[in-house]
Formats: sequence, structure tokens, C-alpha cells
Amino acid sequence: MNDDCFMYGNDHQVQVLQAMKTMELYADLMETAQKEVNKSNFKLTDLQTSIELMFNDKGRNGTLKNAIYKYICIHAAKHSEVPIDHLKDPISYVFKAQQSWEKKIMKSLNSMCTELNVPLARQRTEKEQKEFSQMWTALGADGPDFSQIRPVYAPKDFLEVVTSLNNVNYRSANNNGFNLWGIIQIPLKNRTMDELRIQFNEMSINQWQSGMDDEQDIFQEIFHDDRIKLGQKVIASKLAPLACEFTKKGSSISLRGDLWCQMLGIKIDDVDVLYYEKLKSNVLQHELLIDNLLYKDVKLTATNDDHYFVFEDFLYQVLLPFSRDTVVLRNLLENSTATPARSFIRGKVGMEHFEVYYPPSGVIPFHGFAMYVSPLCYLYKEPIKLYYVFRELYMCYFFRLHVLSTDPQGILSLSQLFETLLQTHEAELFYHLKSVNCQPLKIAFKWLMRAFSGFLASDQVLILWDRILAFNSLEILSVLAVAIFTFRKTNLMKVQTYSAAEGVLADLTTLQVLPLIQLSLFCK
Amino acid sequence: MNNFEARGWIQVNPEDDFNFYWANVQNIRNIFSIESGYRLSDDQFINHFPNHMELTRKDLMVKNIKRYRKDLEKEGSPLAEKDENGRFVHLDFIPQTFMLPSDYNLFVEEFRKNPNTTWIMKPCGKARGIGIFLVNKLSQLKKWSRDGKTNVFTPPTAKETYVISKYIDNPLLIGGKKFDLRLYVLVTSFKPLKCYMYKLGFCRFCTVKYNANVNELDNMFVHLTNVSIQKQGEDYNSIHGGKWTVQNLRLFLEGTRGKEIADKLFDEINWLTVHSLKAVSGCISNDRHCFECYGYDIIIDDNLKPWLIEVNASPSLTATTSSDRIMKYKLISDVINIVIPPGELPDVRWSRIPAKENLGSFDILYDEELAQADILTQEIKSRVGQATGTRGARDSKRTTSTWK
Repeated sequence: MNDDCFMYGNDHQVQVLQAMKTMELYADLMETAQKEVNKSNFKLTDLQTSIELMFNDKGRNGTLKNAIYKYICIHAAKHSEVPIDHLKDPISYVFKAQQSWEKKIMKSLNSMCTELNVPLARQRTEKEQKEFSQMWTALGADGPDFSQIRPVYAPKDFLEVVTSLNNVNYRSANNNGFNLWGIIQIPLKNRTMDELRIQFNEMSINQWQSGMDDEQDIFQEIFHDDRIKLGQKVIASKLAPLACEFTKKGSSISLRGDLWCQMLGIKIDDVDVLYYEKLKSNVLQHELLIDNLLYKDVKLTATNDDHYFVFEDFLYQVLLPFSRDTVVLRNLLENSTATPARSFIRGKVGMEHFEVYYPPSGVIPFHGFAMYVSPLCYLYKEPIKLYYVFRELYMCYFFRLHVLSTDPQGILSLSQLFETLLQTHEAELFYHLKSVNCQPLKIAFKWLMRAFSGFLASDQVLILWDRILAFNSLEILSVLAVAIFTFRKTNLMKVQTYSAAEGVLADLTTLQVLPLIQLSLFCK
Repeated sequence: MNNFEARGWIQVNPEDDFNFYWANVQNIRNIFSIESGYRLSDDQFINHFPNHMELTRKDLMVKNIKRYRKDLEKEGSPLAEKDENGRFVHLDFIPQTFMLPSDYNLFVEEFRKNPNTTWIMKPCGKARGIGIFLVNKLSQLKKWSRDGKTNVFTPPTAKETYVISKYIDNPLLIGGKKFDLRLYVLVTSFKPLKCYMYKLGFCRFCTVKYNANVNELDNMFVHLTNVSIQKQGEDYNSIHGGKWTVQNLRLFLEGTRGKEIADKLFDEINWLTVHSLKAVSGCISNDRHCFECYGYDIIIDDNLKPWLIEVNASPSLTATTSSDRIMKYKLISDVINIVIPPGELPDVRWSRIPAKENLGSFDILYDEELAQADILTQEIKSRVGQATGTRGARDSKRTTSTWK
């Protein structure tokens, strides 16, 4: 039946169809359709229309639409005949750089292992397992000693790698390379300010935004109430594209949790609960060195943060199972240039059979990784939902923030976008900073890499991530970074050293995201 | 001190004349005691009411609130409505409390009705969590039972009296830890009642996970949220000090439980603050020279009901973290702005209706004068949309709307 619908086989549509066929949804739809067909009062001639009607009735239509929308959002149209390696990244030197970076991380991890005499992975004894499971909800209290563990890398290390990327084949007329003053040296195509304005149109200054315009004033209360009513209708409709459109103007605090679930396509059913329990039991059985890294990271970042220290225990309950989750690995293999590290089971080095991915999720955390999860704790109380939302967010967006690729949403492009925008629109500022030996990207990079989590106030981070999900794009991060520099321009023009500039931009907690973005995008 | 200097004020010695006196509680007693014969003149402000202990001592506060409720009941006011169990529907904001040794027998009766409950003993005259302990067996109170049985009438001194309240063993837990709320309320006058709630209150978290287990009753790190106690725990973190802003609390509750629930909770907190002040407004002498900034301690249970634990007259103004210091600096600054409109000389006779700009981070909680004026001229004020006017009207509307 479905084949009839897609008669004019557009390459892309065929692809979508093939992907659909592998999903559980397809089996579910087929089953429902077959049940319907087997009813005695069914006429063959009405096949198509009645099935469509029936789907509509049961709400399957919506789920199908959501699934297709999600697929399209995530996967850029890829040519089905291109070999896997080329798919990874069209530009080879970027790909090579990513591989060598990964090798470096793995080496550092291995050396930490030998230094501390701790294995990469180890099975826990029965007694340890029991203790651990009792402590599951209170892991923050008694952890092992981490003083010797260091984070594998921090944003500034990654920045060094990023800026050293250089296309050896490219030489421009100008000796400085095409990027006049900045430190990114790769010619990537980015959007201009005008294109960004069009893309982020719904945030324009003449439109009221949730999260900014719903203060306690009589007229604005009306706006606020209206948004809530509209938002509840959107949630009731269960359609993801609708939720995205709605959230482009922000979501009110009480609806945010549900809207994000809808946009990310998350619905927790029993299978999901079981899967989480399986991951949890994996954590209990085996201890990974990665666990210690995660502990250390949480202790260094979230536990010291005014806004998130309360949620410390939830972070462990999310991050530890996350690193055992092979779904993440699969996603990485398909969609990212990363080649997850591999390791060998002890004693069997070099034998293909015994090669495993380490860690099972393919993600080695860096300093600040825990902050990807922290803002979510304001939205979800139960660890399971928290886990799935975080995993989805990571697989759709955050993985691009610490992998080298020419992906237009990757950290390279975002940095490039930031520098170009800043140079074009705040040339004076950029030049002044460069002349006092302060490259703006050096300060802004950590904001971009952590999606501003931990730098802005908690409610502002949520407002910002609203827009990331709604517009399906991380570019808003660069726009915000530029806006912050513009905002603090007068003070920045007076600085004479790098540390003074850092000082001016050290505390962002009083900033409000929306007015800044609107000023920057729509008021020039 | 920085606040005062920033305004160009001059510090004076104890003997000299002063315009503004931020005193501690002992000096207040001296100034207002009958023997000293000291009279405050019209341009002098002082930061405590003379008999503030009616609100700030645990036993007097409970006494006053109980009396207030009884009075309302006698008047037949709908606020004093009771449910089937005899508990007040709208005014049930303090946990059941008895005074010891005077109410010992009443307490024993109550305890015998529900023998498995936990109660918390607090000495009346102390602060900062000193001397507090939990009891769940009558034997732990032997000391007072002996005293209660003697027939000699010796009025207990402040040092010996205790209050015993029903312990809230189902506090709302966030991240598995117990916390309480510290809110600052500024009162510039009791008759008519004018009070202001500070928007930037904070939550104090315990460093240890909450455990209602009987064996843990002695572990003060689990049960008491006072910073002075938690500071001594091993997990105390001095960067954030276990303090969370009220805005984060609100963000969390709205995000995870919905707006109506969060709004209802904060409305109830405002409600209980206003009524606690009304309860003592009759007995606190309304000296024109006085204003006071109280620290309200509130605990929220897991049904999201707020309970008033106590009111502090000298809330700690020392800072434990850097954001704490900023907040307390702003607090004092805003207090001064409201009490003495900036740019003017202090004059106790002014009308005490601060302009909106001077409110800073305070919200008008209840202004009796404005509320009464509003009832007369309600329509005009709400049409004009004056912020002070509408807020005052809204608050009085809230109180009047529950009047059936």
C-alpha cells in the first residue's frame, strides 16, 4: 500500500521510506492496517481512503508525521550510493584531524590508566555491586578518591586543535588567509546576518516572546495566558512540527518539559523503562574508568554551581548509564565524523574478535560534560525521563559541539560564524581586542562548546535551548556570543590585556538572552 | 557599613545624636526601657520595634497566633473556618505547638493520641539551631514532667522554656535533601499594617540526604537547615553554601509541577506572612520611629503546604558566599530606600508610601492604608494601572476573595 503512495520515486523519498521500514512504527502500522482489512465489512476498492481514515482516527497519522519529520530533521539528504568513508566528512583534512585528535585522547586515557594502575574496565564483585545499588540514589555522598584523576581534556585544549586546522592546499591572495583577523583558518561557508535574520524571523523584535515579555504587567499577563492556552492545545495535538513552530517564540516554564518531549519525539513506554534498567545493571556490574572521569567532572562543575548543586545525584543517575548506551554509539557512527575509540579485552590485544568500543557509548567526556545535563534537571523530576531527553538532545545537537567536522552546525562552523559576524559588524571592537592580544574566540569558545550551560542563569539557558530545539539549529549560540560582545563593548574597548577582557566577560549570569539576541539580529 | 558609606552618611559615636540606628537586640532593650527616659526625636529611625519579641520569640509568636485565631473565630469571621477535624482551614500555618513546662499535660494528652509521631524541641530564647533536638518518646522529656508536677508557681525564664512542635517529617525534598526557605519581610508600620516581601529570598539545603529513619533523629545534619550547623558538615561547600535562590525554586516547581501549583504555593506563603503580622499588630507598639526587617523561616511539606517555623528579628546579615554578600548588600540598600526615601532627610512623620522606583527588589505584600483607600476608589486606581495601587488592590482582593 505504501508503495503505491510513493509512485514518483524521488531519491529522498525512497530513502525516507527505507528508513521507515526499519522502524517499529512501520510494523505497528502494518499490523493495524491488516487488522482493519480483515474485518468483514471491508471493501477492496476503498482500501486507501479507509486506511487513511482509520489511521487518522487512532492518531497514528500524527505519530507517522512526527517520525518522518524527525528523520528529515536529523538526516541531511545523503546520496545513497556514496561509500561510508566519504560520507563521514567531505573534507579529508578535517577528518584526519578528528582522527588524530581521537588518538590523542585515547592515549591520554591509557596513560592515566597505567599511571594510576586502574583498568579501563573492571567487573565489580558481588559485594561491591550490592553496595553500589544501595547507593544508587545518593552517589554524590561517598565517591572514591578522585584527586588523581584529571579530566581528559577541556574546551581550551579542543580550541587549540580547532585553530590549528589548516588546509594545506589552500593559499589565498592575502597572506593572512581568508579570515582576516580571526583564528579559524578553514574556509567554511556560513550564513550572513541577513540569512540569519530570515531564519530566526520569529524572534524578531516586533514579536512578543515568552520568557521575556511575560512579566507581571496587566497587558503582558494576557499575552502570557494566551501563550499557555495555545501551548496546551499544541501539546494536546501531539504533533512535533507544531510544537517547533510554537516554541520558536519561546515556551512558558510550565509547558516546557512537555514541549521538549514532543519536539524530540520522546514517549516513555515500558520498553524504554526496561532498557534504562538494563543500562543501570550494566553500571552495577562493571566499573569503567570513564565513571571516575564523570564523577570528577560533576564534582568540579555542577556541585560548585549555585544553580545546579541540588541535582548532583540525578547527574550521576543519568551520566553513568549514558556511557553504557550503545544507541548513542550507533548514532555517532551514522551521523558524525567521530570514530569512537576501540580497545581490546585484557590479554587479547591485537585480535579482531575481542575488539570492543570503549566506552560502549563511544563518548569520552571532557571537562564540563556534566553541564549538558544540569539545566534539564529543572524540567524533569524522574531520572528515566531525564535520561531519555538528555540522550536525544545529545544525539541530535550536542555531539556536534565537540567533534571536528564540516557540518554546518558543528563547532567549527559555529566558531567561524562567530568570528565572521563579529568582524563584519563590530570591526572596531574586534580590531581593538586583537591588538591587545586577545582573540575573541578564545573567550567565546567555551560558551559555544557548553551551549552556555553554567555561564548564563538557569532560566536563561532553558530559554536559549528552547530556540535551539525549535529552529533545529545551533547557530543561535554564535549569534548570542556576538550579542554579548556587543553588549559589553564599552568596557571591552577599554581593556589592555587578555585577562582584563576575560574579566569583563567573566560573569554572564545577569544577562537576559532574548533582548540581546533581538538587539543584535534585528536592530542594526 | 558599605551601604551607609555609599550614601554619604556619617558614622557617629554612641553618645552623639543619630538619624539612623541599626541596632542589635540588646541595645534596643536599653533604648526602649522605661528607666532610660530616652525619647527618639522626629528625625531618628531605628531598626527594631520595641516589643518585637511578640513575633520573634517562638513561644510568644505561637501564643499570639493562637489568640488571633480564637478572636477571629469568636467574631465569626469566615477566615476562621474549621474543618471536621477541628483544624483551621485557612489559618493552619503553624505546626501544632505546646509550651513547656506550662502546657506539659496538654502535650502528653496529644502525644498519647498519636504515639508514633516525632516532635521537635526548641529553646525559646536561642537562635541558630542551638539546643534543638527531636523526641519521639515521652521518656525523653522526663525533665519537664517533674517540673510540671510541682505546685510552686515559678514563672519560667526565657532560658528554661521550650516549645515543642509537631515535627514535619514529610518535608518537600529536592535532590533528596531537606531545605527550608528564608524570606525577608520589611515592616514599616503595624497600624496600619505595611509590609514588603523581598523577592530575593533563598533556600537553605542540608548537605546530607534526608532520612526519616528513627535512628537518624540525632543526626542534626539531616534535620536542621541552619547554616551555622550545616557549615560544620563534611560536605559543606563554601562556593554555593547550600543556598539556592527562591527564583530557582520557583523555576523548578513550575517546570516540574506546573504553574498553578507553584503559584498556589507562593500565594499561600504570602498569605501566611500577612496573617502572622496581623496577629501581632495589636500588641506591638507602633512606634513611628521604628521599622523592622524580619527573617521568616518556612518549611514546605511534600503536599506543597508551607509551614511557618519561626520569625527572626535579627536575621543573619553576614554572608557565607559571594552571591550571598551581594544579596544582603542589596537587601539593606533597598530597606533603607523604603524607610527613608532617597534624597530626603529622615522624618518619621512621612506618609510611608514609597514610590515604585524605591521598592528595589521588594514587593508590596500588604499595605493596609492603601488597601482601604483602594476599596473606596478601586475602579479609578485599576484603570490608571498604577503599580503600587493595583498591587495593593490585588492583595486585598486576594484576601477579600476568600471571604465568602
